[in-house]
Amino acid sequence: MASIDYPLEHPKIHPREFSFSETLYAWVATVDHKRLGLMYIVSALIFLVIAGIMASVMRIQLAVPNNHFVDPDTFNRLFTMHGTTMVFLVGMPIVAGLSNYLVPLMIGARDMAFPRLNAFGFWIFLFGGLLLYYSYIGGSGLSGAGSAPDVGWFAYAPLTEKAFSRGASSDFWALGVMVSGFGSIASAINVIATTISLRCPGMTLSRMPVFVWVMLVDAWLILVALPPLSAAQIMLLLDRSLGANFFNTQAGGSAVLWQHFFWIFGHPEVYILIFPAFGTLSEIIPIFSRKPIFGRPAMVGAVVAIGFISLGVWAHHMFAVGMTSWSNTFFAASSMLVGVPTGIKIFNWTATMYGGKLRFATPMLFCCGFLLQFLVAGLTGIMLAVAPFDWQLHDSYFVVAHFHFTLIGGLVFGVFAGLYYWFPKATGRMLSEKLGKWHFWLFCIGFNMTFIPLHFAGMLGMPRRIYTYAAGRGWESWNMIASIGVIFQAAGILFFVWNVIQSLRFGERAGDDPWDAWTLEWATTSPPPEYNFEKLPVVRSSRPLWDLKHPQDPDWKFE
Amino acid sequence: MIVHALAALLQTQVPGLPEHRVANIFKPLASPAQSEYEIAVFVIAITTVIFVVVGGLIVFTIVRFRRRPSDDTRQEPPQVYGSNQIEVAWTVIPILIVFVLIGVTARITAGVQNASPPASTVKVTVIGHQWWWEVVYPDFGLTTANEIHVPASPDGKTATYLTLRSMDVIHSFWVPQLSGKTDLIPNRDNFLWIDPKEAGIYLGNCAEYCGTQHANMLLRVIAHPPGDFEKWMAEQQKPAEQNPQMTEAKAMFESLSCINCHTVKGTPAVGKFGPDLTHLMSRETIGAGVLTNTAENLRNWINDPQVAKPGCYMPSMKLTDQELGQVVSYLESLK
Ligand code: HEC
Ligand SMILES: [Cu+2]
Ligand SMILES: [Cu+2]
Repeated sequence: MASIDYPLEHPKIHPREFSFSETLYAWVATVDHKRLGLMYIVSALIFLVIAGIMASVMRIQLAVPNNHFVDPDTFNRLFTMHGTTMVFLVGMPIVAGLSNYLVPLMIGARDMAFPRLNAFGFWIFLFGGLLLYYSYIGGSGLSGAGSAPDVGWFAYAPLTEKAFSRGASSDFWALGVMVSGFGSIASAINVIATTISLRCPGMTLSRMPVFVWVMLVDAWLILVALPPLSAAQIMLLLDRSLGANFFNTQAGGSAVLWQHFFWIFGHPEVYILIFPAFGTLSEIIPIFSRKPIFGRPAMVGAVVAIGFISLGVWAHHMFAVGMTSWSNTFFAASSMLVGVPTGIKIFNWTATMYGGKLRFATPMLFCCGFLLQFLVAGLTGIMLAVAPFDWQLHDSYFVVAHFHFTLIGGLVFGVFAGLYYWFPKATGRMLSEKLGKWHFWLFCIGFNMTFIPLHFAGMLGMPRRIYTYAAGRGWESWNMIASIGVIFQAAGILFFVWNVIQSLRFGERAGDDPWDAWTLEWATTSPPPEYNFEKLPVVRSSRPLWDLKHPQDPDWKFE
Repeated sequence: MIVHALAALLQTQVPGLPEHRVANIFKPLASPAQSEYEIAVFVIAITTVIFVVVGGLIVFTIVRFRRRPSDDTRQEPPQVYGSNQIEVAWTVIPILIVFVLIGVTARITAGVQNASPPASTVKVTVIGHQWWWEVVYPDFGLTTANEIHVPASPDGKTATYLTLRSMDVIHSFWVPQLSGKTDLIPNRDNFLWIDPKEAGIYLGNCAEYCGTQHANMLLRVIAHPPGDFEKWMAEQQKPAEQNPQMTEAKAMFESLSCINCHTVKGTPAVGKFGPDLTHLMSRETIGAGVLTNTAENLRNWINDPQVAKPGCYMPSMKLTDQELGQVVSYLESLK
């Protein structure tokens, strides 16, 4: 402890009340990684609610056959904006938000390596998001056709070309997503620089928390995968505005070229999105099992392996475009190989719990939900990787069910686990356990009720992205159950929102280390001061707080 | 809902040929779908075993190692950091499983994609349009739309070869009980073959999002029992019927802009933008499956196609009642 240079009886300094405009200015002008992290997360949650409402409207429309709740164009805009929002304006800022908030704290740094770049990243991301949503107003362009984009989140050519997408909606899609992507690239560069150069004394790469490792690999993946998408989007904009013909099939352009560009980005992207959940689980499961993570090197190795392999599997989204049987087999094989490191992760998390003393606080409940649901997602993923089986499943509701199992059952559950776990650190107050359990159970039941039936609808021939369907094709009951599930999910989310609002004001005081945890972020106050640590910590193992709490058998003796 | 279901079931029943409305991929009725079904069952079996074993382990761990009220909270459990043997075991076993799966996948993929054609084949070119299907029989000089007639192949000796193309954006051909999907891509020829084992009507959908009316771009494959396909073809190859009673109605039709978009063989109607109408009344549905082809539906469709299929590329022609009546009666003579 630094020496205290004023008498302890010194009258308490009451910080002066800040006016609204001062507070606003402080947030807008901030370069503090924690505030930026929180702003990323809060905007992600707001976009999550918006895109969730869009999904609910779609589920109302599809609850019964021949429904007229929304018209076809509205529906097509809904699923396009839902998908685009969830991937680029929820998933990506969650990556940036969690790594911004946690990486410096976990490696004992005072901020990110480039604080200003960090602020730039957030604001450009938000600007991109708003630009995309502005299409609801400005999308019709001068020709008066269209509003928000209606080309699907992967915006296949040539549907996006001028001939088929009039107005400016596809321009808004390309520009909005590209600009928000610049934010992701900025924050990825920042995470890499920070983890490489700002680790506190003693924190070797091998002692770095698994979460930080995961986010480091994630940042690399972003850096490699996003530029092909930006490039393709620029080509598309050139096509649309300057008469280039990259994807304009009517002038000899190639429709399949877009798909290669998009999925070279798109497949790594799904790992970019899921990695934060891998990270939170790797931190939370050990704490609530009271055991160190099982097979640390294997866990880190698995993430690196997933990162590498995921760059070579993209054409598994294209088994139906008519590639040769050789290419189909190659991409089937590489896709199945991803299952191996992913399996390793699930096994190691389970082994971490095995023999522990499991405490089922809300973060841990979400982790358990993740494990089982992500297992299902992984196995349906194997089915989709088998090219001949995929000829049936591709672009059907089975695929919709599969990737919602990865992204809700996996990512969202992992993120909720993280939010419950780190909320006390960020705010100084605990979230209510009671409301948390309501949130978990309602959301878990609702999620499974919605997405398990959709597998079956897909296997009965229901294609995705249809705004309505005729009766008598065997899809009615599956769709009805799925739509009812949404009510439970929405109720769960309401409990969460209520929990946050309540706990911010009245939540139990958290103290520095409410979960009796082992990583550095719990060594400072909650919320941490702007400079994070009064004195830079020095670590000797991957569980510095364990060492501190158990001087008789510290980890560094074994590592 | 029930009323809808009943109506749909009753309306589309065609005497003779059973209609497979529920396109279950686990009830395959042609060779490609059969191979895909077989590998699907194999993969599902393997993944189910994995699910039961791993899921069981997870649940067991959760239940067995939950903290009990009697536990001393200050006492930490034994700290285990990992084990290389275990790590190797659960790396090698999945790798072995994956290799098995890769082998099977390779075999079936090549088997379906590179299969050599049976002795007799019918060639069909299917061309995707937003949002309907043009169906061409190049060897017979026939063009029709939306409903694809093929010979059934109970003995496996006939097959239909489909060449898939697109006029505009990407579509995808998916009739689950016959075969998995293959895309129709502009500037590119794709291929697919089917050999329906049973005579009947097989339903499917366009499976690649292609714009506003993607949902109502339905597929209908009609597999004729041996011998019947030739009869159907002979009927189709005849020119449109010249019914002397229809002269006035025909003249009305030909005076409207319908003929800029539609073809009726042997008449001045030579438009290519919309479906060929030469033998319209031999089709069971209109608008790529969105309506059954009844007198009332046809009239409503001509009156305003935007009601049944909002956004589709046939405009409402704003015909007067009299014009409408004549046009419909002319169309109804196109047997
Ligand atoms: C601008 C071009 C255009 C004009 C003019 C036009 N149609 Fe169409 N028609 C289409 C298109 C395109 C379709 C396919 C719509 C779909 O299924 O999405 C169609 C479909 C049809 C169908 C259903 C065919 C089937 O097998 O599904 C009929 C019948 C038809 N039109 C009759 C007419 C008549 C009669 C007129 C004149 C009163 C007319 N059309 C004018 C473009 C046109
Ligand atoms: Cu993928
Ligand atoms: Cu389509």
